[in-house]
Amino acid sequence: MIDHDVLVIGAGLAGMRAALAASESGVDVAVISKVHPVRSHSNAAQGGINAALTDRGDPWEDHAFDTIKGSDYLADQNAVEVMCSEAGREVIAMEHMGVIFSRDDEGRLGTRAFGGQRQARTFFVADFTGQALLHVLYEQVLKVGVRTYEEWFVLSLIVEEGQCRGAIVMEIRTGDIHVIRAKAVILATGGLGRVFEPSTNALICTGDGMALAYREGVSLMDMEMVQYHPTTLKSNGALMSEGARGEGAYLINSDGERFMERYAPNMMELASRDVVSRSEQTEILEGRGVDGCVFLDCRHLGEKVINEKLSQISDLARDFANVDMSKQPVPIRPGMHYQMGGIKTDVDGCTSMRGLYAAGETACVSVHGGNRLGANSLLDTLVFGRRSGEHAANFARGVVERALNDGLIDRENRGIQAMMDRAGEGELFGSIRLDMGRTMNERLAVFRDDEGMRDAVSKLTELRNRFDSVAVTDKGKTFNTNLLFTLELGFMLDCAEAIALSGLERKESRGAHFRTDMPERDDKNWLKHILVSRGADGPIIENTPVIITQWEPQERKY
Amino acid sequence: MEVTLSVKRFDPDSDQHSSYNQDYVVEMEESATVLDGLIKVREEVDGTLALRCSCRSAICGSCAMRVNGQARLACNTKLVDIVDSGKVVVEPAGNMEVVKDLVVDFSPFWDKVRDVKPWLDPEGPDPDPDQEYLASNEAMLDLAGVMACIMCGACVSDCTVLEVDPNFLGPAALAKAYRFVADPRDSDDEPRLSDLNEYGGMWDCTRCMQCVEVCPKGVDPMGRIMSLRDKAMATGYTSTYGARHSMAFTNGVRQEGRVDELSLPVLSKGVFNIVEQIKMIPLGIRAQLAGKRPPILPHKNPGQENVRRIFNRLDKHDNSPDRLEIPTAIIGLASPVVLTFVAIIAFLILQFYWNSESVSGLKPDAYQSGSVEPFTRFSYFHNCFWFYCDPETSGSELVVNSNAEAER
Ligand SMILES: Cc1cc2nc3c(=O)[nH]c(=O)nc-3n(C[C@H](O)[C@H](O)[C@H](O)COP(=O)(O)OP(=O)(O)OC[C@H]3O[C@@H](n4cnc5c(N)ncnc54)[C@H](O)[C@@H]3O)c2cc1C
Ligand code: SF4
Ligand code: SF4
Ligand code: FES
Repeated sequence: MIDHDVLVIGAGLAGMRAALAASESGVDVAVISKVHPVRSHSNAAQGGINAALTDRGDPWEDHAFDTIKGSDYLADQNAVEVMCSEAGREVIAMEHMGVIFSRDDEGRLGTRAFGGQRQARTFFVADFTGQALLHVLYEQVLKVGVRTYEEWFVLSLIVEEGQCRGAIVMEIRTGDIHVIRAKAVILATGGLGRVFEPSTNALICTGDGMALAYREGVSLMDMEMVQYHPTTLKSNGALMSEGARGEGAYLINSDGERFMERYAPNMMELASRDVVSRSEQTEILEGRGVDGCVFLDCRHLGEKVINEKLSQISDLARDFANVDMSKQPVPIRPGMHYQMGGIKTDVDGCTSMRGLYAAGETACVSVHGGNRLGANSLLDTLVFGRRSGEHAANFARGVVERALNDGLIDRENRGIQAMMDRAGEGELFGSIRLDMGRTMNERLAVFRDDEGMRDAVSKLTELRNRFDSVAVTDKGKTFNTNLLFTLELGFMLDCAEAIALSGLERKESRGAHFRTDMPERDDKNWLKHILVSRGADGPIIENTPVIITQWEPQERKY
Repeated sequence: MEVTLSVKRFDPDSDQHSSYNQDYVVEMEESATVLDGLIKVREEVDGTLALRCSCRSAICGSCAMRVNGQARLACNTKLVDIVDSGKVVVEPAGNMEVVKDLVVDFSPFWDKVRDVKPWLDPEGPDPDPDQEYLASNEAMLDLAGVMACIMCGACVSDCTVLEVDPNFLGPAALAKAYRFVADPRDSDDEPRLSDLNEYGGMWDCTRCMQCVEVCPKGVDPMGRIMSLRDKAMATGYTSTYGARHSMAFTNGVRQEGRVDELSLPVLSKGVFNIVEQIKMIPLGIRAQLAGKRPPILPHKNPGQENVRRIFNRLDKHDNSPDRLEIPTAIIGLASPVVLTFVAIIAFLILQFYWNSESVSGLKPDAYQSGSVEPFTRFSYFHNCFWFYCDPETSGSELVVNSNAEAER
């Protein structure tokens, strides 16, 4: 058995920031990740990270208001206040650790404009901000000597008498199963994009953390809030960063019209993502698209801007859409991108279970509410990663270690063996994942309705039955990715269930959750969060009020 | 499009302990990548195929492997671009032990990265939490070029030195090291440079360009290693073989318009390094017997004035401190103690050295951008020199090239 004070599951930005903070508090910390830390999905963030630097004429309250308005008033305002007021110092702390943010002429940090915000307050490193942050955090983790278990996969949490005591894990390289005992556990396992097909997310974004918590009866919150990004490529779902619209790109329909004029006359293309995605989908449904797409038009930006500031996305357009961005508009459409919901936590990362914390995309504080602003997610991972690390370290100091149930490894081994022993002729995991992804993308996308979501719930039950007989074809122990994917598919099915049930529950339209059968926002009945957890007899749905501090809900116009 | 993916497989759990090739025929779209093909195999044809991948967009660094013999990211290599009579050969990355199929053991890679102390180490008291360090956007942009490294290991897979000397830190770790040496916010570079000056460090690269060629992110690891050498020499680390070799080479070319092969190895090993000088004796003898001994007095080149003009031009752009330059012919005389040794040995060895190099490294394009640092300049001359000596190319071409360089 392996022992640590604080065990951080996940080595993306949230996980490594948490580990660093916990380690600075002087406890023994370990990070475990199913891929090497620098392979985590935080890498993918191209656009940047938001922060209002109050001493430079951008009061954090403005950032908070933009965030709350963007969330369609579903965000908890106390949490948004924490995030936005701590943002400046968090970004500067990252700079001090070594991040090479773009600079202005005086050598100070420079910013760019992003959607849903009235100020240019997005700090960036060319078009690889996430990678730059992630690699620097890994450097810091090495510097302070935090133990990292790379390519170890968490199978389940250890819960005794309602308190989280560690995790059962598999070393991918050997296939061996270990128990890691910890006084506090932080889940920082990232998003669940692969529940949808297509998605902008990496193949490892399978919602493991949310499912691990859900299975132990911990509450998930705002799960119905799934963000569709307005600009993804048709062929492979790849993301064309919001940076393009930040630099001034237009969205046009098949008539060449800048249709956002009709939907968001002030903010135009830079309205919040749910609004833009919905407008695009409306254009497509009303016949002003081509082949299920509208267009991102960068022609007027000129080759220089495209080459210097948008090189990565112009490469994507060339490679996967066969389009030269400086000469032709790129066909794009809304695509699944981010899960606003997740494991319910408070501003210190505490979940509904003692000893269990969550941070990053897997958590729901809730700072994003019904719709996340671009470049607020990286900020969320850092601020709440740090806070949960600090809190967990303090908590761990007060915990008395105790002996764990001996049978833990056996139990896990038996479960896995049962999967491995199934006859090889069963269905492969791939087709089940595809059916799940397509169902979700059809029924829980930009536009939803009661009938569609009910259909999704029943399809998911059917898929779960198919999953119970899925065949693991690779019978070996070493680096058995076939087994891993099958386990991940199990996690994804749990997440899909939570999303569909929460979606059915919310009987209004708010943020990313837009129901064609109930198109209005209903503050009187639905200014509240939906919680879902798994009880002994199946899922339990509850509500909790939204915390309002200084911004009363208003109609949302861009 | 129908493609045959010929995948090199290895299963450590089976009784059969050798690798074998397995062909998979898949139907793919025109825009599909090698990774799309492999994922299709894994999800629909053969679930036992193991590989690492995640982002599908050349950012996570998981999927470096050899495709048709060269290290690449599977996710940004389109099948149409490389398919050869319907077939694509996929093998695990090189210079690392295979764990299973296309999965290799990266632990030595990460150990080496850790060895260069890859973290910012700023000087002085803790900075004000509300103020960033001031740094020019220019300096940051230069660093952005190295920070673009995704640690994929493609360069390490194909590095020719790592193939024969696993002790070499390798291109990725050295590029990472450069990132801190070049960071204006990092404290004193000297300890870093001193570590990198050791065996296995910056001087072990043979400038084969392989890492530059295969890097999917344009990091130019070799260029970074050359910059490290510049910095090391500017900091005063001039007594390694590599540093002495480069100085002797440059000085020789400056003075005679070409390399004086007799003094080069002597100077590289160190004039007073008697042990090493003695070790060269057998080599020298072999060279003499093979009729490959270089002339005792250095030849002067017809294009010598032009070469000198280039040096003078470059010196005007060069802010690094002047180095002490001793005419090569005096070297022997200046060290009477070893004169006898040197004379005999140098006689013998140099012809051998002559044979051991080739002209293939001539790629002046790689040096056309940025400021011309002394070491970079050295590399350039080194390559031009062999070019010049090749009977198939004429000296005048070099002069034209070099003049163009000087004009720039
Ligand atoms: C294409 C793209 C672009 C984006 N651009 C931006 C942007 O510009 N600005 C912005 O603010 N946000 C952006 N986002 C969102 C943002 O990148 C993510 O929300 C954020 O990085 C999530 O970080 P994280 O630390 O929570 O999780 P991740 O970085 O996803 O890390 C999850 C970690 O958990 C580990 N893990 C998961 N499951 C297990 C398991 N079972 N066992 C062990 N380890 C496990 C993984 O190995 C990984 O280390 C973007 C997202 C995408 C997809
Ligand atoms: S140039 Fe140097 S580091 Fe690069 S591959 Fe060749 S020997 Fe290796
Ligand atoms: S230098 Fe290039 S090839 Fe080498 S690890 Fe970095 S990105 Fe990969
Ligand atoms: S899959 Fe991430 S680099 Fe290829």
